[in-house]
Amino acid sequence: MATPAPKRAEHGKRVIVGGIVLSVVATVLVAVFGGRFLPPGNGSVQASGQVLDNTVMLAIVTPVIAGLLVFFIYVLSQFRHRGGALVDGPPLRDDSRVRVWWIVVTSVTVLFLAGFGTFELLQNGSGGGQGPDPIAVPAGTKLPVQVIAQQWQFTYRYPTYGGLETPQLVLPANTYIELHVTSLDAIHSFWAIELGVKADANPGVDNVAFVKTKGPRTFHVRCAELCGLWHGYMFNNGRVVPEAQFTAWVKSQQSDFAPIAKYLPKYSTTYYPDPQRRAG
Amino acid sequence: MRATGFKVLGVAVGLAAAAVLIGLYVSKLTTDNGSKAYTVPVQTQGGHKVVDLQIETVAAVGPQFSPAHPDYVSYLVRDAQGKWLRRTVWRLPANATVHMTIYNFDGASGLRNPLYARPQGIDGNSFMLDGKATDFINPDDTSHTFAVPAYGLVVPLTGVADNAKNQCGYAPCALSMAHHTITFTFHTGKVGHYRWQCFVPCAAGWIDGFGGPMQTIGYMDGFLDVI
Repeated sequence: MATPAPKRAEHGKRVIVGGIVLSVVATVLVAVFGGRFLPPGNGSVQASGQVLDNTVMLAIVTPVIAGLLVFFIYVLSQFRHRGGALVDGPPLRDDSRVRVWWIVVTSVTVLFLAGFGTFELLQNGSGGGQGPDPIAVPAGTKLPVQVIAQQWQFTYRYPTYGGLETPQLVLPANTYIELHVTSLDAIHSFWAIELGVKADANPGVDNVAFVKTKGPRTFHVRCAELCGLWHGYMFNNGRVVPEAQFTAWVKSQQSDFAPIAKYLPKYSTTYYPDPQRRAG
Repeated sequence: MRATGFKVLGVAVGLAAAAVLIGLYVSKLTTDNGSKAYTVPVQTQGGHKVVDLQIETVAAVGPQFSPAHPDYVSYLVRDAQGKWLRRTVWRLPANATVHMTIYNFDGASGLRNPLYARPQGIDGNSFMLDGKATDFINPDDTSHTFAVPAYGLVVPLTGVADNAKNQCGYAPCALSMAHHTITFTFHTGKVGHYRWQCFVPCAAGWIDGFGGPMQTIGYMDGFLDVI
């Protein structure tokens, strides 16, 4: 004796219950374990904040994906054509309750994300470039470090150490860094991947970003803006080191670059080198 | 019916062959000699690989080396027979010592970033400029740099004075013409493909001095193909 086909309302209940069960399990898994696998890692306070943001967004989208998966699998299994004549399905009718729920759920989700994102940004800038007049300025002492982009290498200046300039980026651990990002020629973008910092480097513009380092580690720096022939090769490694090691490194760099120190321009937030000077 | 099929097949094969031939011809036209690799001869001293690499920098590469862009500023490399070649991809052995000699025939352009007037990444962070040990030059006197960023290597090249006699117009430039000789030593590391470039915006007439020869392998850019 054949099992009677479920009624239409039962299909809906099954999909909803299945979707809720899968959503709860998957969302809990994402919330607990997701952060371990999401970029950019745990290299700075801002990077950890971005992992939290990514985890929240993934957790919010997880029920949507779970609901779609359950619906998709259920529909494929229940409404397959099993022989016989092809006939039209029952007509679809408007349901105002579905509409209301749809508007409420999506509006609350979007408004929550807008509020959450704004809160996160205003805390410390989340590692993003904020332009010359940053809105989110973290409290406390900060070490200023200037990032100078040029085709095709980043160099770094330390104004509190006599304007030292070096091709290496070394930062002290557990310190708030105030990055001033600029360019001498084309548009570049400074991306310290594991530190969660990304800021455009534009000529004549001082783009400020904040990052608080954690413990010693290495990190990758890349240019994230197509800037010419060697854009793909415009990268280097940076280091976060203990305070004492940082001080020793500064001294060694000051010694290495002492011969050229007098030729460096006075520290400035931007530079306008003559772009057309050319003999030949 | 079968004859028609063979005709269609014949036309398809013919079109495919024509496309391949056109592709090869276009490839030949567009492949620049400068991007072909030059294998630098290797010597062995006490079991260690040593390379003697000689290059020259010229204000204009000239029609002999680049009919398409005779006015491009360029580097040339000298082969074992003493002949200058416009090749900027140099094949070098890994973990070798490279004794480099650069003959610079170009005038001073000035550095955009004075930091590169300080040599880095070479033995002693010092080079010989016309036989004199030098650990920095005036950034305004810089004509070009030879830089391999992955090695942290930068060497600034002093430009020929504007009023120097017997200046070289087009490459190849004879050593009897006005020039500076820069020599230094560096070491290749592990196998890899390392770009080298000039940090002076020396492309005359291009926006910011960084177009044309500065954006084209075969002139002011190339690779160390370390094998």
